[in-house]
Amino acid sequence: MAIIERPTDTPAVVSPDAAPAVATPATSYGVFRRPVETTGWKSWLFTIDHKKLGIMYGVVAMAFFVIGGIEALLIRLQLAGPDGTVLSADAYNQMFTMHATTMVFLFVMPMAAAFANYMVPLQIGARDVAFPRINAFGFWTFLFGGLFLNTSWILGGAADGGWFMYAPNSSVAFSPTNGVDFWALGLQITGIASLTGAINLIVTVINMRAPGMSLMKVPIFTWMIMVVQFLLLFAIPVITVALFLLMFQRSFDATFFSVEAGADPLLWQHLFWIFGHPEVYIIVLPAFGIVSEVLPVFSKKPLFGYPLVVFSGAAIGFVGWGVWAHHMFASGLGPISVAVFSVATMAIAIPTGVKIINWVMTMWGGKLKFTVPMLYAVGVIVQFTIGGLSGVTHSVAPSDTQQTDTYYIVAHFHYVIFGGAVLGLFSGLYYWWPKMFGKMLNERMGRWNFWLTIIGMNLTFGPMHVLGLQGQPRRMYVWTENRAGDGFFNIGFWNLIASIGAFVLALGVLLFFVNIYVSHRKGTQKAPLDPWDARSLEWITTSPPKEHNFDRTPTVGHLDEFFHRKYEDRGEGDHHDYHQVATAEEIIAEEEAKGDSHIHLPSPSYWPILLSLALPIMAYGVIYNIWLIVGGAALALLSMYGWGMEPHTAPDDDYDPPAAGTELEVAAHG
Amino acid sequence: MADTAVAPATGHDAHDDHGAHHSSTGLSNNKLAMWMFLGSECLLFGGLISTYMLYRGRHSENLGPDQVWDIPFTSASSFVLLMSSLTMVLAVSSAHRKDDRNTKVWLMVTALLGALFVAGQVYEFTTFYREGLGFTTSLFSSSFYTLTGFHGVHVTVGIIMLTSLVGMIGKNRVPGDKAETVELFGLYWHFVDVVWILIFTLVYLIPA
Repeated sequence: MAIIERPTDTPAVVSPDAAPAVATPATSYGVFRRPVETTGWKSWLFTIDHKKLGIMYGVVAMAFFVIGGIEALLIRLQLAGPDGTVLSADAYNQMFTMHATTMVFLFVMPMAAAFANYMVPLQIGARDVAFPRINAFGFWTFLFGGLFLNTSWILGGAADGGWFMYAPNSSVAFSPTNGVDFWALGLQITGIASLTGAINLIVTVINMRAPGMSLMKVPIFTWMIMVVQFLLLFAIPVITVALFLLMFQRSFDATFFSVEAGADPLLWQHLFWIFGHPEVYIIVLPAFGIVSEVLPVFSKKPLFGYPLVVFSGAAIGFVGWGVWAHHMFASGLGPISVAVFSVATMAIAIPTGVKIINWVMTMWGGKLKFTVPMLYAVGVIVQFTIGGLSGVTHSVAPSDTQQTDTYYIVAHFHYVIFGGAVLGLFSGLYYWWPKMFGKMLNERMGRWNFWLTIIGMNLTFGPMHVLGLQGQPRRMYVWTENRAGDGFFNIGFWNLIASIGAFVLALGVLLFFVNIYVSHRKGTQKAPLDPWDARSLEWITTSPPKEHNFDRTPTVGHLDEFFHRKYEDRGEGDHHDYHQVATAEEIIAEEEAKGDSHIHLPSPSYWPILLSLALPIMAYGVIYNIWLIVGGAALALLSMYGWGMEPHTAPDDDYDPPAAGTELEVAAHG
Repeated sequence: MADTAVAPATGHDAHDDHGAHHSSTGLSNNKLAMWMFLGSECLLFGGLISTYMLYRGRHSENLGPDQVWDIPFTSASSFVLLMSSLTMVLAVSSAHRKDDRNTKVWLMVTALLGALFVAGQVYEFTTFYREGLGFTTSLFSSSFYTLTGFHGVHVTVGIIMLTSLVGMIGKNRVPGDKAETVELFGLYWHFVDVVWILIFTLVYLIPA
């Protein structure tokens, strides 16, 4: 908590020293003293600041990225040569299951959540999200859920049924370890995190936009995030049902997915993919939002057809609900279902194509500047289009039945997810790094990072098209020399290329971490306030932003508000002629000078992390001992009562000395 | 549930005179969030109901729906639950009139009616179990207990929330706008009732 008081005569210069003084509450409301530390580990553990939570989302997601990457490397090592002996069949099954689960649920989704948490309030001119404590709860729940899932490695073995965990592979008979139980419960927990995050961000965008920011002036990244949150809102409960049924089947002997007991094997497939297909857009739309932010900045042009990009994003969100069964063409749905889902799948290529066209038109005739974020953004256009094209070949059902469960599918979704989502996220990292940390990432090293990643991904995933069309099945743990084929189509050759590519890719990603180290060494320059000549609202504040984001809530007159404050249009009619009238430093100094004198931020809290902690305890209880469920539930109940009775900001008399109208205890802040 | 937001849209927050906060739509954050949550819940029950509809005929030689239902009894307990919606409305209305005493009374009555419904469900489950319909007896029984069990848990959570709210009103510890908090609880409660109308119709009334 901080009540922020501004000194009466603030100097109009941009420096952290000009920040308002902060008073912290010394006592607390209720039983416990509230956590009020602004530095040290407690300031992170109990924080409800969306920026700190965003950074923590990012750090944890990156850690899981490394774990998922190591799993991928082990898979590629196993397949690099004939008769691989790196992994046993059992370990291999666990490896690909956890690789996919980790990358989808513990890396890409939370990495997007990191940007959403950090940037959405800044882009809409808000001081935090609508429910800061729920935001903290969401992060800790994701973290504990991810850790819980990964403890299965040391508790008897991880899940081994593939990331979509089809029956009957998910049943106890075929997967006797607790791996699938950990998987079902772990995803249940991370699902709760996503759901609370979705509600929070939707309310934030709908309700907390700065004055003047109508929905069609909302920055495109925030728009895409909102579409994603709606997808999460309605997709997560469906997987929740599926996971509960799976849990009841495995832990309480129900037979929801046992064909021998008369169950319908398609029930799981439908429930999973009704979630799973929107999930694809949940994964990729945040990256689309980032690309749509980055391209205009480095093309020095506004986004071409902003309304079209918004509406095509929303259209992808809607149509994304009507295509799930294209994952099930091989399951014998019947000709009518197959035809309908086939056509719907082709239709969804249209709004996606609209976006690609808009991006290209944004660059068309622009003054292109190929910085690292721009390179990544262009990388998305190219690589994602390749993935999109192979996706269209899946929408043709007869062709898809040939490709199902081959490496051709693996190639496709890696081009879409790595080429679309991950490259987009890296674009965002390079673009917003100076905003978040006040330092530029090294451009030269960034280029190496980019080119190794691009070469690596094409070497890895490109050959998989050939492998798949040659019939190499997905999830095959070993291949033999005498069945590898001859000449150009020898699968041994392409498997080796893919494995080499995977290590090139890993080297590229490694360079990113080296880059962070290099860029934050002592003596590196502080980033300028507006290093990219950016356009949107998050740049009208210091880098990194102050705890309260904006000294005064900005009033918005334009899409690309920051650009329009910097540049004046002296052209006539349709001819635009922009001249710079102000620098970022001047604009931010003016905001500081006219800042609000009294800013209330919500107070940190113990309860979110405690409530999150209760969830994995209960989940262990489901697997091991019912008393753990009782204990976890008691902790949850206690936390909820504590939470429910705690006001979001400590009252004035919670301060020592009292805050209102008296001399304040001044703490250093900056 | 009674979480409070950064942007208080109500006049009861001690700090909102500092004016930096606003709500773009004029709706309070809490209410918007509750509607979003309920929208999400629709899909949860949608999934559970679909599972039940798929499996309700699959009980081979074991007990089927038509052999176990006691429609008059379940009608009575459904009526009790529907009446609790009426008392919930009365509680919200009292809260808007700032009548704490009646708010507490009607919330308590709502909780009691809810508890009566849950008691009826416990009785019903016990009877079914004695007749030979266990959770794992058939696909029909598993999906039936799962669906109605999830609903029963929702009612139970509602009861805990209502009684806690009564306690918090009594001690004057409700953060934010009291009337709106009661209204939000009401939204949840009505939603759970509406779901029961669906379940009662689809599960009990339509013959398998």
